[in-house]
Amino acid sequence: MLKIKNLKADIENKSILNNFNLEIKPGEVHAIMGPNGSGKSTLSNILSGKKGYDVSGEILFENKNIFELETEERAHKGIFLAFQYPLEIPGVNTNIFLKTSLNAIRKARGEKELDAIEFLKLVKLKARELKFDEDKLNRQLNVGFSGGEKKKNEILQMSILNPKLSILDETDSGLDIDALKIVADGVNSLRKNDNSFLIITHYQRLLDYIKPDYVHVLMNGKIIKSGGPELALELEKKGYENFN
Amino acid sequence: MREKQIDKLKDYKYGFTTDIENIRAPKGLNKEVIEFISKAKKEPKWMLDWRMKAFERLKNLKEPNWQKPKYPKIDYQDIYYYSAPKSASEKPKTIDELDPKLLETYKKLGIPLQEQQRLNGIAVDAVFDSVSVATTFKDKLNEVGVIFCSISEAIQKHPELVKKYIGSVIPLTDHYFATLNSAVFTDGSFVYIPPGVRCPMELSTYFRINASQTGQFERTLIIADKGSYVSYLEGCTAPMRDENQLHAANVELIALDDAEIKYSTVQNWYPGDEEGKGGIYNFVTKRGLCKGINSKISWTQVETGSAITWKYPSCILQGDNSVGEFYSIAITNNYQKADTGTKMIHLGKNTKSKIISKGISAGFSDMTYRGLVDISSKAKNSTNYTQCDSLLMGNKCGAHTVPYIKNKNPESNIAHEATTSKISEEQLHYCQQRGLNPEEAVGLIVNGFCKEVLQQLPMEFAVEAQKLVGISLEGSVG
Repeated sequence: MLKIKNLKADIENKSILNNFNLEIKPGEVHAIMGPNGSGKSTLSNILSGKKGYDVSGEILFENKNIFELETEERAHKGIFLAFQYPLEIPGVNTNIFLKTSLNAIRKARGEKELDAIEFLKLVKLKARELKFDEDKLNRQLNVGFSGGEKKKNEILQMSILNPKLSILDETDSGLDIDALKIVADGVNSLRKNDNSFLIITHYQRLLDYIKPDYVHVLMNGKIIKSGGPELALELEKKGYENFN
Repeated sequence: MREKQIDKLKDYKYGFTTDIENIRAPKGLNKEVIEFISKAKKEPKWMLDWRMKAFERLKNLKEPNWQKPKYPKIDYQDIYYYSAPKSASEKPKTIDELDPKLLETYKKLGIPLQEQQRLNGIAVDAVFDSVSVATTFKDKLNEVGVIFCSISEAIQKHPELVKKYIGSVIPLTDHYFATLNSAVFTDGSFVYIPPGVRCPMELSTYFRINASQTGQFERTLIIADKGSYVSYLEGCTAPMRDENQLHAANVELIALDDAEIKYSTVQNWYPGDEEGKGGIYNFVTKRGLCKGINSKISWTQVETGSAITWKYPSCILQGDNSVGEFYSIAITNNYQKADTGTKMIHLGKNTKSKIISKGISAGFSDMTYRGLVDISSKAKNSTNYTQCDSLLMGNKCGAHTVPYIKNKNPESNIAHEATTSKISEEQLHYCQQRGLNPEEAVGLIVNGFCKEVLQQLPMEFAVEAQKLVGISLEGSVG
């Protein structure tokens, strides 16, 4: 699914990622844990295609290099990023944003666009599954939403777009325990043999609810250790300072 | 060169020219030309006298120069003041007899005039350069007593109404461009809604400038008699040319007791090329008089075209309890300039006004919101609410807000809010991550920004306007 080889990323001559390697196979859930400033958000930005970085190396998605692809082209291919700080777009109805997004992706893939009725049916079903307040669907996108609602909205979008690779960038931060469970349930219900997740987090907490296949520790721009779920617990006990 | 230019501006899809034989008045501004216009329109003597009065007055007036967008001196002797398709000079009796080239032109503009292809529920007056070439659904409107025709026809057929109201809201002495228009105006629409009638369909006028070196001097007069209602919409386009062409219109609205006029504009004159060459100077005077008690006038404008837009659709709230509204979206891109806003003059008691202005500037353009709220000492218990939002794209454009507020009444209340924001890289990235390309993303964000105003448009036009908002900003990303 995703193969990252020797990824190096600089911003304004400052090295953020260096000699970064990662492989995610279909159906796998990987967690990346790391302290502040270790390069976690840079990784999700680069995977999504955000500009402003000097990058070298290789990012293969389904065996094709996606370096040259624009952000939206990566989205069309099935890469989804749940943002750490979801953006507010005043005046744009949440439902309309979701429909525009879904149809843009379907259109790019040569699939039939959904009409208003088909879309509403889908969105209502998904909202109910995720216990997402349906009234919010008629509100302006993320405007006046609490932190937890914004994160749930990201998961709702993920479930509607049904991506191949979902990157969750600190989706757990700022969530209370109930919201955390809902987010985790959302992710778990989407887990299938043919789609993968990359979960970026500070804390082990989320991993109590989403069981990863692999855990990687990111420090100073590279993965210093990889292992199974037990690695997260060890990390939680020792802290990043004493970990090596 | 020309081809290259056209290729660059392929997004202005109304930039074509209709090759048609014209009758023109000789170039220049003088008594003879005014007589020519009046004669061509078979006007009665009182109308010609009125024009001449304006012309005399004009000699003592100077162009205003307080506006922000400056422009090169206009040589008023180097303009054609009258140009009409030859075939339209003896006006055909029915639309089927209209010159096929004209029919084709309007069809290309998306305004089919022929009976079987007409837009449902929308009556259209089609103004081509200096003349109205056709008005649809006239008979149907006549059945309920609504008069909808060209101003030229109204001057001949309804002189008592025209005489009574023309110049009653914009006096012929008002200011340079209004006075110029009063002297040389050519065509525009006339609407009269009789007492108690709710106009059964949308009325609209489509203004098309076609001939080169020609000014268009539109005159529109709308009267809503007691207890009546009308919704009116105008659209405007012009060919792509290197020269600047002047469109100086006067629009007067009169609402009597309990009457309501909703006036919408979708202005898409040719904006000039990417380097700022060519384009229309859209210098327009629009004013509505809420003459009767409980009357209401609502202006909605979507201004995306023109090299320079300079206009302040205004309301004089004379009747007690009258209401004035102004909803505006103004977009400037490349080297376009706009200085636009409104005037709300509160004279009657319990009068209310509301101003919602959304300005979007991109490229190297410059946008000014200028608005006056004036509450007189007699306008007890009156209120105004103003909200003025600017959105900047890139860092080479400008946005300015210039509110003038006069409140001579301690019982009245004025509220003004203003914001300036930018479309952030993060917002764009977010939309792109959800599969939208940058232009779709900008269109979505901008339409969200303009939503309050777009909602005011008649449904039939709201979708078109939304698309136009997106197209006007094309090429402004990245």
